Order: sequence, then structure tokens, then C-alpha cells
Amino acid sequence: MYAVRRWSVRHARGLNAFYRGFEAVLVKLHPLWKRIGYARLERPVAATERLVKGVLFDCRMCGQCVLSSTGMSCPMNCPKNLRNGPCGGVRTDGSCEVRPEMKCVWHEAFAGSARIPGGTRALRMLQPAIDRRLQGRSSWLRVVRERAGDNA
Amino acid sequence: MNFEDEPVPGYPLPILPGHTSPGRLERVLRAGQFAVTSELAPPDSADPEDVYKRARIFDRYVDAINATDGSGANCHMSSLAVCALLTRVGYAPVMQISCRDKNRIAIQGDILGGAAMGVCNLLCLTGDGVQAGDHPQALPVFDLDSISLLETARTLRDEHHFLSGRKITYAPRVLLGAAENPFAPPIAWRAQRLAKKVAAGAQFIQTQYCYDVPLLRSFLRQVEDLGLLEQIFILVGVGPLRSAKTAEWMRTHVPGLHIPDEVVARLAGASEPAREGRKLCIELIQEIRAIRGVSGIHLMAYRQEESVAEIIDRSGVLGGRVPWYPGRDTELNTSRIAS
Repeated sequence: MYAVRRWSVRHARGLNAFYRGFEAVLVKLHPLWKRIGYARLERPVAATERLVKGVLFDCRMCGQCVLSSTGMSCPMNCPKNLRNGPCGGVRTDGSCEVRPEMKCVWHEAFAGSARIPGGTRALRMLQPAIDRRLQGRSSWLRVVRERAGDNA
Repeated sequence: MNFEDEPVPGYPLPILPGHTSPGRLERVLRAGQFAVTSELAPPDSADPEDVYKRARIFDRYVDAINATDGSGANCHMSSLAVCALLTRVGYAPVMQISCRDKNRIAIQGDILGGAAMGVCNLLCLTGDGVQAGDHPQALPVFDLDSISLLETARTLRDEHHFLSGRKITYAPRVLLGAAENPFAPPIAWRAQRLAKKVAAGAQFIQTQYCYDVPLLRSFLRQVEDLGLLEQIFILVGVGPLRSAKTAEWMRTHVPGLHIPDEVVARLAGASEPAREGRKLCIELIQEIRAIRGVSGIHLMAYRQEESVAEIIDRSGVLGGRVPWYPGRDTELNTSRIAS
């Protein structure tokens, strides 16, 4: 929902802090996830993720979440799927070139990242080309597995 | 500038030490000359002569010609084909690549193909949304964005492999360019975005039309503060406006275009608006030229291409220099013998 999405950007600082804590807990529970089996967890976790992030961020389930680098404004809501910053078409009032009824997601990202400690630095990171195979898969499980050093 | 080693048309110049391309544009820029580029609107036609006719208009006034890639999301002859035609007779095109219509497989193929046809300059763009053009029903691709496109091109050139990791045997020798719009929100972040583009491999940028010099100055100051001026050649976009009505239409319909009210008012008050528009363009060029960090201009005179010669000539930016065009050197030699 657009209104909730904008609320999330306004509360980027709190959400980011919560996200970090949540991630730390999930990483700690890695042995448990491993026992259950990541493959078995994929469907229920992806469904939960879709629901929660769908409400908060209008998440598109790209499977390679960069929200903490984009001020909690999901770049996949950009009609051009830009993951590295705004295009040159942003309107004078900060609204989107393609969908004038919404604010440019990067205009929002710029505002949101200013609220997160280290957010503007994160905004400057180069994001690689997206891997379309991960569409629909859980980003949480992927990150937890990476952080836990489990590459299998 | 005359190069002693001018090539046979269609064959590349030797690559000088420290250069990444055999192109004339890179030579002009690295020699510290004030560069002039312009834009060719690809024809709605399959006749090569339509391309050559549009290129000849710029003869003796531009260092490189941009071939747009479906600009404004309208369908025209492809930029790759326009570039291939231009290099055949020796012109130095800038091949524009937009992320809107092609995925990474097609784009990487085009970069290799373009370089093989003698293209020495690429301009990596996001591209206008399909809603802006004559085929709004089309699928917008946007597999890459302008920054991952730059990284892709640099990977091909410097690391000699595709994004997949598969090796290529002969890398494209190209100068990498990008666009920037210092006049669109979030304005405070535009210089940072340029820094990302430089980090991704951009060596030159061509900006959106500039009608607001104070805004350009503040952008360039930020660019300088980030230490980027030494790392990138900046060509500022300029163009003549035909009338107040055109200006009004353009600023409402062209994505990301910022024309201040004073400019529109000045055109509205002129007895000969088209002439006033050219005069304004010349004044802008002269003002922009004096700003530190500007390496040249990118003159976009859509549907007024015939005015490029007059504008460049009267602005005096070339300082007597005659950029290469087919037949330039024979002509110059003949006149030297005659005098």
C-alpha cells in the first residue's frame, strides 16, 4: 500500500534498527534452520516475507533485498527497476516520470537514508545487475545463510 | 586539430598511451580542447542516405555525433546501424545504449558489434519510459540500469569477459560515457550519483539541456568537492528553443527538462523568437564555457539541426579549430596549395 510504503520511509531509522536486530536473531538460529532444512523453509518463509514486506514496502520479492541501502524505499517499485539511483526524468515536484501519481522511489530513498546512520554512504554503493532467477525467493533466508557462512 | 596519422575512413586511429579508445573524441578531450558534440535524430527510414544527409549538416563543427537509441521511446533506425553507417565514411559517432529495449545479452552483443564496426564512444543510458513514446503498449525491459550498464561495458573492455565470466578474445576499445541531469530532483544528490557513475566506469558525461546556469554551477562545485573533476570530462547539454510555445511544450512533455520561467518569458517577448532562441543558446554556451570543469558542449538542436553551424560559429568555442569531416584534409591541403 502506497500510504504504508511512505510511512515506512518516514520511519526508516526505526525499521532499519528493527531489521538489524531481527537479522541477528535469524542468523543466531542458523543451526536450527539448517536442521529443518533451508529448502523446506523456502516456501513458508518466502510467503511470510511476501506478506510482511508487501504491506510495509510494497515489496516485489526480487529475492535480493537492498532496503537497508535505499532508506527503506524499495527500488523495485521504480517502473524502470533502477537499483542505483534515480533516472533523469524525475519531475520538478519529485514525482515519478512514468507514474506521476507517486513520488520517485529514489527521491524517497534519498530522504529515508538520511534518517539511517550511515545511510547516505550505503546509498553510494554500486549495486550489481539484478539476478532475475531469485525473483520470488526469500531474501531473508539467503542473507542469513550468507551471514552464517553457509554457502551450500 | 589535425592528426598526422588520420586514418582511412572506417579504420581506427592508433590508440595513444593513456587512452582507452582509438577515437577522435577522446583525443580532443585529452588534448584539453573544448569539445563539441551534437545529436543526430535517426531517420524513420531504411535509406542510408537519410543518415548521411543528417550527418553532413554538422560538417566542420562537431567532434562527435550522438546516435540516439529510440529517444523519447519513439521508434527510429537503431543507433548501432546509424553508427555503423557513420563510421564507414569516417565520422566519430557516440553510440547511445538505452536499457529500455534490450536485456544484457542483446546489449553486450551490441557493444561488441558496435566496436567491431568502428564505434569508439558509448553513452550508457537508462532510457525514457515507454509511456513517453509512440509504442506505449511495449514491454519495458530495464534488465540493467545505467550504472550496471557502465560496469558491464567496462568489464567487457578491461576484463575481457562477459558478465557470465565467459572470455572474449578481443575487447571493445571504447570511451565510456553517461548522462547526468543536474536539474532534476533530488538535486542535492545528483553529484553523488555522478560519483557512482565514475566509479562504475564513466569517463565522460553529457548533461541534460542546461537553461539554468546557477544550478549548473552549484552542481559543478559539488562535483569538484567530491574530487571528480580530474576523473571525468563534462560536456554540458545545450540547445536552441524555437519559441515560447515550444519551450512550454518541451518542459511539460520532455522527461526531466527544466526551463526557468525567465527563459520562456524572454522568448515570448521577442519579435523573432527563433532568432532569440539561437542568441540565447550562444550566450549560454559562452557562459558555460567559462566555468571551471566544463570540457565541452553537447548541442542538441532537434529539428533545427541546420542551426548548429551558425550557433557554434558565432559562439566562437572552436577557436578556429576545424573538427574532422569527410574530405576536410583534402580541402585544407588544396587551399594551402592555392594560397
